[in-house]
Amino acid sequence: MRLDDPLKRVLFVDLSKRRFWIEERRELFEATLGGSGAAIRLLDEFCPEGAGALSPDNPIIFAVGPLVGFYPLASKTVAMFKSPHTGNLGESHAGGRSAVAIRMAGYGAIVILGRSEMPIYLVIGDGQVAFRDASALWGTRSSYTTGDVLAKRESGRGNRTIMRIGRAGEQQVSYACVITETFRHFGRLGLGAVFGSKQLKAIVIEGQRNLAPDDRKAYRQTYDTIYQRATQSELMQKYHELGTPMNVLPLDAIGALPTRNLQSGRFEGAEAISGERLAADYLGRRIACAHCPVACIHIAALRIPYPNDPYFYKTVMLGYDHEPIYAVGSMLGIQDVSGMLQVMDEVEIQGLDVMSAGVALAWATEALGQGLIGETETDGLPLQFGGAETYIEAIKRIVSQPTLFYKALAQGVDHAASLYGGQDFALAFGGNEMPGYHTGPGCHAGYLTGARHSHLDSAGYGLDQDAAKAGRTLEPEGVAAQLIEEERWRQVLTSLVICLFARKVYELPLILDALAAIGSERTEADLEHLGTEILREKHAFKRREGFDFAELRIPRRILETPAPAGDFDAAFIRETLHHYADLLRG
Amino acid sequence: MAKRLSVIDIDHCVGCQSCMFACTRRTAKGGLEESRIHVHSAGGFRRGFVVIVCRACPDPPCARVCPTDALVPREGGGVRFRSAACIGCHNCETACPFGAVLWDSSQEKPRICVYCGYCADYCPYDVIALTEIDRGANPEPGANPAADHTSESADTNT
Repeated sequence: MRLDDPLKRVLFVDLSKRRFWIEERRELFEATLGGSGAAIRLLDEFCPEGAGALSPDNPIIFAVGPLVGFYPLASKTVAMFKSPHTGNLGESHAGGRSAVAIRMAGYGAIVILGRSEMPIYLVIGDGQVAFRDASALWGTRSSYTTGDVLAKRESGRGNRTIMRIGRAGEQQVSYACVITETFRHFGRLGLGAVFGSKQLKAIVIEGQRNLAPDDRKAYRQTYDTIYQRATQSELMQKYHELGTPMNVLPLDAIGALPTRNLQSGRFEGAEAISGERLAADYLGRRIACAHCPVACIHIAALRIPYPNDPYFYKTVMLGYDHEPIYAVGSMLGIQDVSGMLQVMDEVEIQGLDVMSAGVALAWATEALGQGLIGETETDGLPLQFGGAETYIEAIKRIVSQPTLFYKALAQGVDHAASLYGGQDFALAFGGNEMPGYHTGPGCHAGYLTGARHSHLDSAGYGLDQDAAKAGRTLEPEGVAAQLIEEERWRQVLTSLVICLFARKVYELPLILDALAAIGSERTEADLEHLGTEILREKHAFKRREGFDFAELRIPRRILETPAPAGDFDAAFIRETLHHYADLLRG
Repeated sequence: MAKRLSVIDIDHCVGCQSCMFACTRRTAKGGLEESRIHVHSAGGFRRGFVVIVCRACPDPPCARVCPTDALVPREGGGVRFRSAACIGCHNCETACPFGAVLWDSSQEKPRICVYCGYCADYCPYDVIALTEIDRGANPEPGANPAADHTSESADTNT
């Protein structure tokens, strides 16, 4: 790292004392690159052991990496915190303009401490932090309004990020998200609730500066190589054209699309909610994160007539991806596309993680059907698969929490099922609700072992699909080895920080060239070692906060619903966990 | 004939800002501080984007208000910037109705487009292009301006 690279600067903001200061942490960024690697060390340093996730003791860390601001597709910010949803590691990544804005404001990381005495929002610039009154914004019905108001009120259009929470964050729903640039999210594990607990409604970050490469010629050459690979090759085509919803039909075809709370892996409405159909009938705009030419963000234009007022319509613009389509489409049995999009819109308005919200409602629907709960619990709502309008009302109640049942559901499906039963079909892994893949033991073992219990940790669905295609049988030892190898490498990618969608663009030699051109010489062995270290540090934090592989719950439903990679049992998964834990220890 | 940067199709813009990064990278630097082109949302990401570039006016107001002749009208339209003569008074910034005179706060000088087209080479969606200045499409004041582009892109072709 060059001496003049501002990445080494860490901004600290103490909400309790309304103070801020900047520390130079050069050695931290030299050792870890940045991103996930820097964030886990800062979390370990500033989160006291056993701290309440919603207490002032829980810090919020944002970190970017050396490639951000220099190269395309290096467009993500890593957020770390203690998760109010799982009680251990909270890690969530978002794009939009967040990463570029943090880098251009002259920081490698931002650490937010304490708790404000009143609702506030922060305006962060290069060497400046303003603490602004957000009491009038607190309680606003829609998260969209907060974004619109701050966009108008604050300066820096085009050079800023506006991170904000909705009412779900204010109410500390444990899977509330933080929204940035309207269509991107720090979605998983409850960062929104941590914002809410600190009375932090939003953060605006703005900046623009130059970054000096070490070798100007090599910098421009490497840039061009990356840019060409991203725009001229087939590598990003999937994200570029239909976007992630191109997964819907292929997953349905192999029986891996979780449907009606995973009672099935096939959905008769898959065609209706497919990426192809959405593109044909609803795609209204495509947009990009800052410094990403791919533009994977697909925005639907949904025209809704006023029922009793002819010639009046409203047009809603909302982002769609595979995961939201799975979570509130197939998982809730909704094949009416307009209804599905309206459910998604309500999730956005409230500021919830759409994946957790969909899975929680799917479980609640089945629990109601089985009589584990009644309409007293659901506040009179007859939850039924396919019933979009009822789900919209239920989403509002997860946030307003009129009954004890909704209070429980607002803490996730694991928690709700521990009180009301139905754990066999409560689809959470390590406390986090499942993603939209039921491909076989690889994906489920990945959800359990992954440090953030996400499909993005280790892409186990890839192992299952490869095995199914080749007619191979998976073995626990092999699954564990492949999961950990992938997860280790991804620690490097998320420390640089590049978008994981661009992982095939950024092959190892290109990463080494990109780093060398900006004055950061590394070897393949350095990076491999770093990936192993970061993953180990994340698990050390998880263990410190009570995580134990032996206590992981395996929902019986995943063993009963046929998956494309073939049948597997709980023993297979347990054995995979065992091997994974061994490999982690090294 | 002189060239200038034109916004060809603003509706094709995805807001990736590759052009902005290209403009600073032209001088072999990363980041954004030297960028002479700016992209921001048209009032929220739901509404699309605005691209702000110098439209190379035939009688540039930025040059007219420059007290030190640091901005010199260029033959065929637009201006040339003589940095050494600039006293950082911000007059040019205020004079441009499109906001196309961007400001470099660390140098305390305007960032003036040099009409090189490097940014357009990195636009993945052909939103912008380096074009010959066509008098018919870029009329003198008082002439009918409607000949240029669609109304949307004319508004933002700045």
